[in-house]
Amino acid sequence: MAETSDQTPPSGLSQFLDRVGRLTVAGIEEVGNGGAMVAQSLYWLFCGFRYKQPVRMNAVIQQMMEIGISAIPIIALLAGSISTTLAIQGIYTLRIFGAEGHVTAGLAFIVVREFAPMITGILVAGRSGSALAARIGTMKINQEIDALKVMGIDPVRYLVAPPLIAMVIMVPCLSMMSSVVGLYLAGVYINLELGISLAAYFDQILNILTVEDVLHGLGKSVIYAIEIAVIGVVNGAGVQGGAEGVGKATTRSVVQSISAIIITAMVVVILSTL
Amino acid sequence: MAGNGNQNPDVVIEVEDLVTHYGERKILDGVTMDVRDGEIMVIMGGSGSGKSTLLRYLMALETKTSGTMRILGHDLDEISSMEFVELRKKLGVAFQGGALFSSLSVGDNVMLPLYEHTDLEMSTMEIMARMKLQVVELGGFEDLMPAELSGGMIKRVAFARAVVMDPKILFCDEPSAGLDPAVASALDELILTLREAMGMSIVVVTHELESAFKIADRITVLDRGKILMIGTVEEVRASKVERIYNLLNRVPEDDTMDPDEYLARLTGEDYKVGNQPL
Repeated sequence: MAETSDQTPPSGLSQFLDRVGRLTVAGIEEVGNGGAMVAQSLYWLFCGFRYKQPVRMNAVIQQMMEIGISAIPIIALLAGSISTTLAIQGIYTLRIFGAEGHVTAGLAFIVVREFAPMITGILVAGRSGSALAARIGTMKINQEIDALKVMGIDPVRYLVAPPLIAMVIMVPCLSMMSSVVGLYLAGVYINLELGISLAAYFDQILNILTVEDVLHGLGKSVIYAIEIAVIGVVNGAGVQGGAEGVGKATTRSVVQSISAIIITAMVVVILSTL
Repeated sequence: MAGNGNQNPDVVIEVEDLVTHYGERKILDGVTMDVRDGEIMVIMGGSGSGKSTLLRYLMALETKTSGTMRILGHDLDEISSMEFVELRKKLGVAFQGGALFSSLSVGDNVMLPLYEHTDLEMSTMEIMARMKLQVVELGGFEDLMPAELSGGMIKRVAFARAVVMDPKILFCDEPSAGLDPAVASALDELILTLREAMGMSIVVVTHELESAFKIADRITVLDRGKILMIGTVEEVRASKVERIYNLLNRVPEDDTMDPDEYLARLTGEDYKVGNQPL
């Protein structure tokens, strides 16, 4: 009897559960790897000098240039476009109630607390998170990471810590810039549409916004930065199968980063309203 | 002091009863060998014999299942992380594909270990990198990028980078693979020159018989994860062991494999190499 049941092919349900189980374990493993890399990066940042292997500041600055400075034009363009669109839709909606003059309040909150960090995060994920995954994946299949290990250069210190630190610094900065540019261009539209002067518009915004609102947006930017870096590195480190594997890891990294950013935004909003 | 007592100062690598697994599959089975100071040890074997895997263990890139390994007198089971970092600085490696960092110039690639491990002035490091590039006959190539080099040149740069810290042991993975005979022969000469000039021990994995016989002081012949023989070139050539004879005389073997085993290897459910975090 036992022999007969052993030879029975697995049912569709058991195959499905098997697959779900494997994917769950793989997901937990990836989260664990990501956490370990963040912890190791912090370790090398603060303790690397003991081993005469500090995290190189010129590598961090180079990454800051690539992640931050090079991204300014596209982030400014999109932040301005989205904020202007929000202003147009806001005025259109509030006009139904004869309250279009209050568009500034909604705009200030949503841009500073939500849209600026989110748009910045999504663009950095698309530009730099994917590049990080591709770079590490390519280095892995070319045995460059093995070469680092044999040379006594810790790959996490050399490859992971600089972009992680650079992102944690630059994403909040870009997010702030994105808020300012977005609010300014939306203000220009409001000025043209409703005749509210820019001085009055920014005066309203400064009266409405609190330090807590700004910190809310900046805090989320820091979380997004860590998510983008960790997801990029974990996907890059998991590359298998040559150039095709690098392509898959890059795509996966972008999709996961954007998903993580949007889900994080929702979770933080829910938690902040409790 | 753990693991610092080198029992035989003439031996730089000692491996005893090394057993390694990927999942359930045994890759290396009871490997015992040593590498002596200043010698060129060639590891030979057919495809899938485990020679590249053995090299990864000799370079301390993988974690063994059982057995003992001592590198430059350090027992790898007892070595501290600080000692391990120091030990790494005494090892050099030239990978099969070169493994040059594509974002760095040739000069920066060669300088990287110096930059990371020493407090030397940049100008001193540049001079040292230039000297090593001259040793591999690529003086003046410092400013080129790896993408601008031929396959043979990439391997030469990899050699220059591997020896820039004057390592005690140099590992070479298939140095002549994918190169035309003239370039491959020149690389063999380079290996001999490096040993002559720097007195280091060199471990070379290759399946090129001509190259192995030209450079080796001793040869380790691996087959299916086990050592068939360790001996000098003459001893290996004179061996009557059937599988060694077949390997040396390029006699094809009826190496049939169980289809389930083959599929397990292909799908790699338990295959862990390359599936590890950084």
